[in-house]
Amino acid sequence: MNAGATQSQGVWGLAWARLKADRVGMVCLGIVAAFSLLMLLAALDIVGRNWQQEVGVPNAPPHLLGPRPAEAVEAIAVPTGPNADLSDIDPLAPRYKQWEDTARKYQTEERLRAATLVLGADRLGRDILQKVIKGAEVSIIVGLLAALVATSIGTLLGALSGYFGGKPGDLLEWIYNVFTAIPSILLIFAFAVIFGRGILSVVMILGLTGWTGVYRLVRAEFMKHRQREYVRAAEAIGASQSSRIFRHILPNVSHVPLVQLSLLVVGFIKSEVILSYLGLGVSVDQVSWGTMLSEAQSELILGYWWQLAAVTASMAIFVTAFALFTDALRDALDPKLRGLE
Amino acid sequence: MLAYLLRRLWQMIPTLLGVVLLVFFLFKWFGGDPAEILGGMSASPQQIDAIREQLGLTRPVWEQLGIFIRQIVSFDWGSSWATNEPVIELFMSRLPATLTVMVPILLLEVVLAIPIAMAVAYVRGSLTDRVVMVITTLAVSISLLVYVIVFQYFFAFRLGWFPVQGWSNSFWTNLLTYAPLPVIVVSLVALAPQTRLYRSFFLDELGNDYVRTARAKGMTERRVLMRHVLRNALIPIMTNVSVLVPGVFVGSFLIEVFFSIPGLGREILLAVNRSDYPVIQAFAIYLAAITMVVNLVTDLLYKLVDPRVVLK
Repeated sequence: MNAGATQSQGVWGLAWARLKADRVGMVCLGIVAAFSLLMLLAALDIVGRNWQQEVGVPNAPPHLLGPRPAEAVEAIAVPTGPNADLSDIDPLAPRYKQWEDTARKYQTEERLRAATLVLGADRLGRDILQKVIKGAEVSIIVGLLAALVATSIGTLLGALSGYFGGKPGDLLEWIYNVFTAIPSILLIFAFAVIFGRGILSVVMILGLTGWTGVYRLVRAEFMKHRQREYVRAAEAIGASQSSRIFRHILPNVSHVPLVQLSLLVVGFIKSEVILSYLGLGVSVDQVSWGTMLSEAQSELILGYWWQLAAVTASMAIFVTAFALFTDALRDALDPKLRGLE
Repeated sequence: MLAYLLRRLWQMIPTLLGVVLLVFFLFKWFGGDPAEILGGMSASPQQIDAIREQLGLTRPVWEQLGIFIRQIVSFDWGSSWATNEPVIELFMSRLPATLTVMVPILLLEVVLAIPIAMAVAYVRGSLTDRVVMVITTLAVSISLLVYVIVFQYFFAFRLGWFPVQGWSNSFWTNLLTYAPLPVIVVSLVALAPQTRLYRSFFLDELGNDYVRTARAKGMTERRVLMRHVLRNALIPIMTNVSVLVPGVFVGSFLIEVFFSIPGLGREILLAVNRSDYPVIQAFAIYLAAITMVVNLVTDLLYKLVDPRVVLK
């Protein structure tokens, strides 16, 4: 593209120009970029590293609310007078001394716990701000990777099926029919039984069950393009099958999987939340938006709403921004569709 | 018509066979060893071998597949590994609870979404339209989980309008006492995406030439919308509903877990947590069959809604 004004803009250049003109799309791109930066920092352990440390008092409220008033503790009055000497009948009496010596060998660290934190603390006194950041990293990475897996499978199979048609196409159609025949929730569960828990498992479960929509669309595009003149011209000059599929047709239809990819990211982030809540998602020593929400449920009953609010808000901001960005991206890449929705 | 029906049923066989193969090999190759799951931690190798023998796991793969298919066809899945309840009984006893909650949800969300979407599509581009779209965009971005937590907290726990959770043996008590809260939550949540989708269907139709013609003939707006636009838009809406119907049988597992409703969804989740293979396999295969039948019925219904549709 260094030829400048004399050369016509490429398809990506035009799409970028259209995207730049879309104000909502650009704001959303900014938000998504900010989240990505945060995620990168969290992945590099620069922020959110100490999410497991109990830095506040349990359920410490956010700064805005101020510290919780000390509860009036009603206890039985401490009896005065000397302790009764029980050592004659106390069977444990000879060991008290020994235990005290043992206990002295271990240091217990008394950390000063904050009464309030920026976004409050959870049941154990962990900083919710750090948890939200770390949880965002896990949730978004799961969503992105799973969407990548699903889109790759869908694009590859869709390309082969649409390009070759005939027997291989029928076979792939059959596989597609089989995967869509089973309700997706059930398919996810069946895969969950097999893969177990953990980030990678969730990625595989969602990726292996979510490719069907991409397949359908990519296949339709390839069937349309297979007979176009540029493909036949490529064939005439001796381009191989794989070259025609991946070097000629794929770049021309790549906006379809790209838009599907970002649609899937949003859907998979939501699925991860629900899977984690049900105990089929990330493992217990990790934090994600889903695990935070499941903790938040029991906290809410006690009146500690800040964890729920923090997760809901951050998730809503990210998902809305990503969804609107996807709309803008689709409009930019495929101007024919503009205004349909 | 009959020929069409027969052909469609015939075409289902390979798909159903594919589902059976997928489920069978998924668990055969990637799942854990059933004998070890059944035997538990303390089983001796001899016991595990005995279980393996009893389950037919020592026989060749094709023979095991034969047993599997025989189980499907005869509806005899044996018993759940966890509770020893016959799988088919489990299925039938959990189905009513799921339907009690899910059928009202489906009806409510479709019945509410159609008029809202039509109204919004009619005033397209206006302030109302944009406000509704922004609200739905935001509403969609929040997890269902949050809605359930908050609704349950406010309406059941705080205000006490509904029981927090529970289920009884009487159908009417269930429907009138226990079902309303989950039904309201899920239908309200589903309303946002449904409205967006249906709005786009209505917009597609409103832009058509026949709408202009109908108006030019001097038809009232009401008649244009109700008789012409609605009827045409019903076709994509029906497709969408048919996608939702199989979900009715699975039940929104999240809802069932949250509100302690003894339905299919919760049972499946329990089975997943206990690695109860027979239950998961049976549910997957029967629900796939139900899904295919539902799709067939939808295709037949197209004909009723739109006389132009030719079934071939």
